[in-house]
Amino acid sequence: MNFGALEVARKVNFRLARGARHALIGPNGAGKTTFVNLLTGLLLPSRGSILLEGEDVTSLPQARRVKRGIARTFQINQLFRGLTVQENVGIAVSERLGIGGAMLRPAGKRSDVMAEAARLIDMLKLGDDAGRRVVELPYGRQRLVEIAIALGLNPRVLLLDEPAAGIPSTETHILLDAIATLPKDIAVLIIEHDMDLVFRFADRITVLVSGSVFAEGTPAEIAANREVRAIYLGTALDG
Amino acid sequence: MNAATELARRHRWRWWEALPWVVSLACYFAFPNYLAFGTQVLITILFALSLDLVLGYAGIVTLGHAAFFGAGAYTVGMLAMHWGWNEPLSGLLAAALVAGTIGLASGLVLLRTQGLALLMLTLCTMALLEQAANMGAAWTGGFDGMPGLSFGKILGVFGFDVLYYRSQYLYALAALFACFLLVRMLVYSSFGQSLTGIRENLLRMHAVGAPVRGRQVLAYAVSAALAGVAGALFTQANGYVNLAVLGLERSAGVLIVLILGGYGRLYGAFVGAVAYMLLEDVLAKAYPTAWQLGLGVTLVVVALYARNGILGMGDALWRRLQNRAAP
Repeated sequence: MNFGALEVARKVNFRLARGARHALIGPNGAGKTTFVNLLTGLLLPSRGSILLEGEDVTSLPQARRVKRGIARTFQINQLFRGLTVQENVGIAVSERLGIGGAMLRPAGKRSDVMAEAARLIDMLKLGDDAGRRVVELPYGRQRLVEIAIALGLNPRVLLLDEPAAGIPSTETHILLDAIATLPKDIAVLIIEHDMDLVFRFADRITVLVSGSVFAEGTPAEIAANREVRAIYLGTALDG
Repeated sequence: MNAATELARRHRWRWWEALPWVVSLACYFAFPNYLAFGTQVLITILFALSLDLVLGYAGIVTLGHAAFFGAGAYTVGMLAMHWGWNEPLSGLLAAALVAGTIGLASGLVLLRTQGLALLMLTLCTMALLEQAANMGAAWTGGFDGMPGLSFGKILGVFGFDVLYYRSQYLYALAALFACFLLVRMLVYSSFGQSLTGIRENLLRMHAVGAPVRGRQVLAYAVSAALAGVAGALFTQANGYVNLAVLGLERSAGVLIVLILGGYGRLYGAFVGAVAYMLLEDVLAKAYPTAWQLGLGVTLVVVALYARNGILGMGDALWRRLQNRAAP
C-alpha cells in the first residue's frame, strides 16, 4: 500500500485461520491500522489481493465486505455520539438484518433489533448506560460500545484495533469475556499494545515492522524470539 | 424505564404535538383577514420541513433547495398555462413527481461529493434551473414568469384562486399535515435512524455496511419531492410563478428559517417559519427601508447564543428547570 512515495504495507503475507485468536503487534507506525483498513476496504491496496474463505474481496467496497462478515472497531472511537448506546448498537443490528432502509415501521418497534442490541449491551456490561447518549460516557465505556457495534454485525472475521486503549485495566476482562463468548468459528484479529492482554488473548501472534511481517508464531515462540524482544517486546517482557 | 422501552415509545404522539395544528386551526377562525399571510407561512413550514429531512437528519448541507421548490412551482404553472391542467391536487402530485425526479437525478451526481464541493454543486444545480427557466421563455415566461394563472376547484367543490383565502389556507394546511405525517414516519423509522447515523458519523455508517450514498440519494429525492409540493402550493396560492422561486434568496431564507427554529427536530420548521415570517412582517412595517438589518442582527444573536435554534433554547431551559426541581 502506497501513500505517494511512502510504502506503508508491503510483503504482508498473512493468513487468519477460521476461529483464530490472532494478535498483530508492532511498534508505532508499523502499518497495523493501515493493514486493517486494507482488509475492511477503507483503503484499496496498490497491489496484492485479499481473500475471504478463498473468494477475492480485494475490489469489494467496504459495505459489501461487512455483509460478507468482516467487522471492525477503530483505533479512535467512531460512534454516533449524539445517539444513545441502545441506538448505536441498534443501527448495527438493523443493518445486519437488512432493515436499515425500512421506512414504514418505527425503529423502536423492531423488537428483534432491540432485544439483540440489549443482549450485546448487557454482554459488555453497558446495561446501566444503555439509555445514555454516547457523548456522555467516559472514553473507556465508549470503547466497549465500539465493540458492541462490531459484534452487532455478527461477524465471521472481527478486527479489533486497539480495543483496550482507554479501558481501565480493571475492566479489560469485560473485553476478554465478551470475546470468549463468541462462537469458536469466528476469527478475531486484535491489534494491541497491552502485552498482558495480547498474551492472555492470542493463540498466534504476528509482528509487523515497517510495513512487513517480521515474525509470526505462538505467544511462546514470539516471547522467546530475541529479535522481537529487541525490537519491540523488551521492556514489556523483561519488566 | 429501560432504553429499549423508551425507544419503542419514542414514535408515539405526545399531547403537545397537537398544538401546531390546533393553533393553525384557531388562526383560521381568529384571524380571517390574515389567511393569505397564514398560507404563506404554511408553505414556508413545508419547505423548511423538506430541508430538515436532508439537513437536519441526513446532514446534507445544501444551498440549492430552492431548485426543487422552483421545479414544483413551475410544474403546476406550466401544466395550467400550456395544457389547461389546473386541478390542484393532481397538480401537487405532478409537482412532487417532477421535483423528486430532479432530486433523484441530481442527488446521484452531487452526493458523490461532500462539504464545500457539495455546497457549491447544490448552488450550481439551482442556478442551472434558474437559467433554464429564464431561457425557456416560450414555456416558462422567461424573466416575466407566468402571471394570472387560475386553478380549478379542489375536489370539484372548494373554489380556489388568489381570492379564496379560506380555501387556500385549509388546503395548504391539509397538504402540510399530509407531508408532515410522511416526514414523521420517515424520521422515526429505521431509515430515519440510519440517516441520523450518517449525519453523526459517516465513517461508522460505512463500517456497519450501510449503503450510505443510496440512503442519502433517497432522502434527497424525498426531500426534493416535498419541496416541490411546497413550490406547487406557492404557485396555486398566488396565481403566478416567476424566477424568484428559484433564487438564492429563497434557498438562503429557508436555511435561516431552519436554523432559527432548530434543525433535526421536526418542529423546528414550524417555529422557525412563524418566527422568521412574523419578524420579517413586523420589521418591514416598522422600518420599511432597514428591516433586513433587524433580521440580520436577530440571526447573529441566534447563531452566537442559540446554536440549536429556538427549540434548542427551549429544551435547555426545560432541562434547567427540571434539574432545579429535582431533589
